[in-house]
Amino acid sequence: MTELAGGRARGGSASRLSLVLPGLPQLLAGRWGVGGVALSVWIGFAWVLVARHDVVRRSLSGAWDERLAVGSLVAGLLAAWYWSWRDTNTKMECAGARAGVGQWELAVRAFSKNKTAVAGLILVVGLYLLALITPLITPDDPTAQDLPLRLQAMSAAHRLGTDQLGRDVLSRVLYGARISLTIGFVAVGISVTIGTLLGAVAGYLGGMVDSLIMRFVDMVISFPRLILLIVIVAAFDPSIFLIITVLGLTLWPGTARIVRGEVLSLKRREFIQAAEALGYSRSRIVLRHLIPNALGPVIVAATLGIGNTIVLEAGLSFLGVGVQAPTPSWGSMLSDGRDVLLDAWWLSTFPGLAIVFTVLSFNLVGDGLRDALDPRVRS
Amino acid sequence: MRRLVASVPLVFGIATIIFFVVHAAPGDPSTTLIRPGLTPEMAAQLRANYGLDQPIPIRYVKWLGSMLTGDFGRSITHGRPTLDVVMDALPNTLLLSACALMFAFFFGIVLGAIQAVRQYSALDSTLSVVLLFFYSMPSFWLALMLSLSLTLFARNVWEWPFWFPGSGVSGTSYDSLSVIGKLGDRLWHLALPTLSLALALTAGIARYMRASMLEVIKLDYIRTARAKGLPERSVIFKHALKNALLPIVSLLGLYIPVLFSGTVLIESIFAWPGMGQLIYLAIGQRDYPLIMACTFIFAILVVLANLLADLLYAVVDPRVRYD
Repeated sequence: MTELAGGRARGGSASRLSLVLPGLPQLLAGRWGVGGVALSVWIGFAWVLVARHDVVRRSLSGAWDERLAVGSLVAGLLAAWYWSWRDTNTKMECAGARAGVGQWELAVRAFSKNKTAVAGLILVVGLYLLALITPLITPDDPTAQDLPLRLQAMSAAHRLGTDQLGRDVLSRVLYGARISLTIGFVAVGISVTIGTLLGAVAGYLGGMVDSLIMRFVDMVISFPRLILLIVIVAAFDPSIFLIITVLGLTLWPGTARIVRGEVLSLKRREFIQAAEALGYSRSRIVLRHLIPNALGPVIVAATLGIGNTIVLEAGLSFLGVGVQAPTPSWGSMLSDGRDVLLDAWWLSTFPGLAIVFTVLSFNLVGDGLRDALDPRVRS
Repeated sequence: MRRLVASVPLVFGIATIIFFVVHAAPGDPSTTLIRPGLTPEMAAQLRANYGLDQPIPIRYVKWLGSMLTGDFGRSITHGRPTLDVVMDALPNTLLLSACALMFAFFFGIVLGAIQAVRQYSALDSTLSVVLLFFYSMPSFWLALMLSLSLTLFARNVWEWPFWFPGSGVSGTSYDSLSVIGKLGDRLWHLALPTLSLALALTAGIARYMRASMLEVIKLDYIRTARAKGLPERSVIFKHALKNALLPIVSLLGLYIPVLFSGTVLIESIFAWPGMGQLIYLAIGQRDYPLIMACTFIFAILVVLANLLADLLYAVVDPRVRYD
């Protein structure tokens, strides 16, 4: 309540403050999570715009991903401004009139009380923002070779050193984040969609369909996943699209099993009986009534799944059946570094640290979400 | 017994999927066998010898038939019966996996229990952070870092009096060692691969154990045990720990596939001649009979491990009985 009262007292000045430094009023009101994100995004993006204005100007007429980066930069700045301004205004309007609280809002409240989880979320959001504007912040072209400068240790010119072909490791790690985060996000998106649909159908229909789907699920889950992936990927020419597709098509059984379990307990509840009594079609019951109510555990599994998928992709690339050169990927960088472990320890250390850091962030968010979405834990 | 029968379709199902994926792929093992100077007739003969000239469904039926009679065929690249090749590699993988599992379960259970007993203490939060760090770490990067620091840097840069071997299952002077020396040598070589495989699992088990133990400690019968004046040690070890172990046992079946996935990476980093390295090389060389045999053995190992988990469950939980 104190934050609401504070917001009301400051009134118009908070809204004016938000136009100067987005996020600052929220920060002052004690909402360090959202305020911190808005403020640091705004400051970071503005700094990129000012400090690297030559790159930004060049990128405007560059390749599509460079233009996309400039677009995201501007969009991020404007969004931070708009959100902060709107947030300070609406906060005052509805401060007094708060009606009932929904399930999701309860979860949001529980989540935002969990400091480590919020920190993880900030890191994840930060990583994705970084991935969007990567071309604007990397010191070098990640594929530009400079053979005389092979295996250089860390210096001012190359903050994390160079690899066997004289490529800048820092730039490659940053571009690698792009690849890993994209693969993780898209592959988990595919697998969660398939898994949720099949799991809900299996749980709701039961019978033959159920046992058919679940036997397949059992089979895929119990076989070592990396071996299955290597066999499939090695059978074709590895490319990013293939990796994403194969990961997406092989990771869904986990989600399906979770959703099926949820649906089995949901379908005996009164609201599903009511929907059936009203004569709703099966597809409507599954899509509109069962799936939305089973989403909580799915979201948790998806968040943790992105971390796992990033590790799997790195493992595939490490074995040479993942993302192919010259595209920088954390796994293949580690495999490059393996050959010169003693001469250039930085080559195998930093991409690995990047993986640990990224996966850690996703795990923090996933743990927080699990606690927030589980009504038994929530008090 | 019924569970064993139920797992038969599982083994054959996964083998069938792998069979079709492998055989549908462009290119076949004859490309690695056919060398320049080989006449087209000889190449065709070679393909016919391995049955590569037949359509895939025919090959599948033949493969299925020979599999049922226990004939795994000859490895194309090794030139020996596939079963021999696999049986050479299997003990190494089993040794490594068993060591990693024992390490992971022992330390995972101990650490998790300590955390739960000392909930909210500095020790608990420190361990949580450290464990989450290892939990998020890819095993193969840990392997690289361990061999970088404890093998290469320890030997060449820091000049420690001892360092861990970075590859192989035994040292060069293995044959001349005494029995105890041999055992020590094997353990010495096991250390790094085991650690790399086990640490992430340890962290996972400890996280589960902590949660499970916390749930048990809250229950009424623990309060009863304390109320009747039992010493804290016996409350924790005799009453809480035993019941908190129940969900942990079922993790065994869940972690076996993860562990085997890890062996592919870890064995190739530490040049450990096991199944993981074998199947990885076989896939690269399109050695169909070898890939299929490895797949089969892996599937059977998973099934056996699940069975073991079920049996253990019956041991830990007296309510469960199998006839």
